[in-house]
Amino acid sequence: MNDIWAALGAAFSMIIGLDSDLAEIVGLSMQVSLMAVGIATLIGLPTGAALALYRFKGRKPLIIVVNALMGLPPVVVGLLVYLMLSRSGPFGVFGLLFTPSAMIIAQVILVTPIVAALSRQLIENMWEEYEEQLMSLGVTKHGAALTLLWDGRFSLLTTVLAGFGRASAEVGAVMIVGGNIDHVTRVMTTSIALEVSKGDLPLALGLGIILVALSITVNGAAYIIRDVARQRQGA
Amino acid sequence: MNNMASILPLTLKDVSFQVTDKRLIKDINITLEANKSTIILGPNGAGKSLFLRLCHGLLQPTEGKVQWNTTNDHDPKFFQSMVFQRPVMLRRSAGANIEYALKLHDIPKEQREPIARDALKRMGLGRFYGHPARVLSFGEQQRLAIARAWALNPQVLFLDEPSASLDPAATHSIESAIEAIRDSGTKIIMTTHDLGQAKRLADEVLFLHRGRLLEYAPAKEFFDHPKNDLAQAFLKGELLWWKKKELSPGHMGST
Ligand SMILES: Nc1ncnc2c1ncn2[C@@H]1O[C@H](COP(=O)(O)OP(=O)(O)OP(=O)(O)O)[C@@H](O)[C@H]1O
Ligand SMILES: [Mg+2]
Repeated sequence: MNDIWAALGAAFSMIIGLDSDLAEIVGLSMQVSLMAVGIATLIGLPTGAALALYRFKGRKPLIIVVNALMGLPPVVVGLLVYLMLSRSGPFGVFGLLFTPSAMIIAQVILVTPIVAALSRQLIENMWEEYEEQLMSLGVTKHGAALTLLWDGRFSLLTTVLAGFGRASAEVGAVMIVGGNIDHVTRVMTTSIALEVSKGDLPLALGLGIILVALSITVNGAAYIIRDVARQRQGA
Repeated sequence: MNNMASILPLTLKDVSFQVTDKRLIKDINITLEANKSTIILGPNGAGKSLFLRLCHGLLQPTEGKVQWNTTNDHDPKFFQSMVFQRPVMLRRSAGANIEYALKLHDIPKEQREPIARDALKRMGLGRFYGHPARVLSFGEQQRLAIARAWALNPQVLFLDEPSASLDPAATHSIESAIEAIRDSGTKIIMTTHDLGQAKRLADEVLFLHRGRLLEYAPAKEFFDHPKNDLAQAFLKGELLWWKKKELSPGHMGST
């Protein structure tokens, strides 16, 4: 029990004292996850809007596949990206394995289905309400997609934050494709796994506390944004 | 847009609309002319809303044709607007809702705000320009829907029970607006369950029952001497108790 208290104390003093190792790891984590979520948003939102609005052959199976991909196990994604990027793989020539870029690629694959599937559902519900009115005003499908993305931006932000939650918390994919190399590809989740196995509890705990705080902040922000939007827009 | 070539008359030829095996609109033939307000009457479920949607092009008839008087160079949908039974507002301000519609109708950016403010003022909503549209009351949203439709200066305006569930004052202001829109040269095609309102606004009446057009007559003729016996019962408020096996559609009034 004393060990835990001592570790907690050390963890807090590392956080408060902005320990340089800790800051570097947190910084890289944020960089990788934000970049991945940004790219996933650019792919996922238009995909979600297209799946919601356009009627084409194979739409329903595609929706089922995208929904299923939301639950992809990170280690499997890590393994697939590893095979793609390894020396003998199809993209081996770019030498991306064990770099932050590889981690970003893996997280994009994890997060894009989340953004696409959740936004598809949201946009489809909005379209049900808007369709006749917008068609009456003479909108094109393309214009309707842009209108819905803009009008739904506050609700859609929560899908992006859900994606960010997934990216920042997963360990399996970044561990495999990043390799957890000190000062290069070490992020919060992978170092927690490593430090625990080494027995360096203060660093692990400090990172754990930051990770939880981050998750609370992100969810709090999502809640506040929706609340304000509801008051201001009746959304 | 009013001063461009008229898209009227509107002609429906043998129009039927079917969902799965149910025929909801049956063999409607009619020509609607400009400069006359047409009121559609009929009991709940008669097909009044479906009829408006078919005319406006939101639904395609499963048989027959809906034809506007157009050449190929302009799309008739840009000369019509519609006010729905339930107002649908974008998640934006009242003014932005109107400006959005104007943008879709290719009105230049600098003209949109003055037109929107003017339309709001005409509907008594001037102070709501910057208000989020969806937090307005139901009656205010319905007036905003009319302001939005009016701002587009359509040749034809469809209204689906525009004053259902509104109080007398709001109903009155909506009727005045409809009269003003009509006086500016817009053709009104509208449904209502308010017979007093129908008498006040109609130049001609179209009576629908179970998807069939049973009577089409000038307003005075329809209200004074309806030819169709179901229309007679409807006007007396007796349609609920009416029992008669089948009725041929041959009871139509003047067309
Ligand atoms: N998409 C649809 N699928 C199946 N049935 C439909 C559909 N749309 C309308 N109907 C049916 O068609 C009939 C006519 O509907 P419509 O909405 O036109 O009635 P209405 O005359 O406008 O009635 P109300 O006065 O209640 O507004 C109704 O019986 C309705 O249930
Ligand atoms: Mg109706």
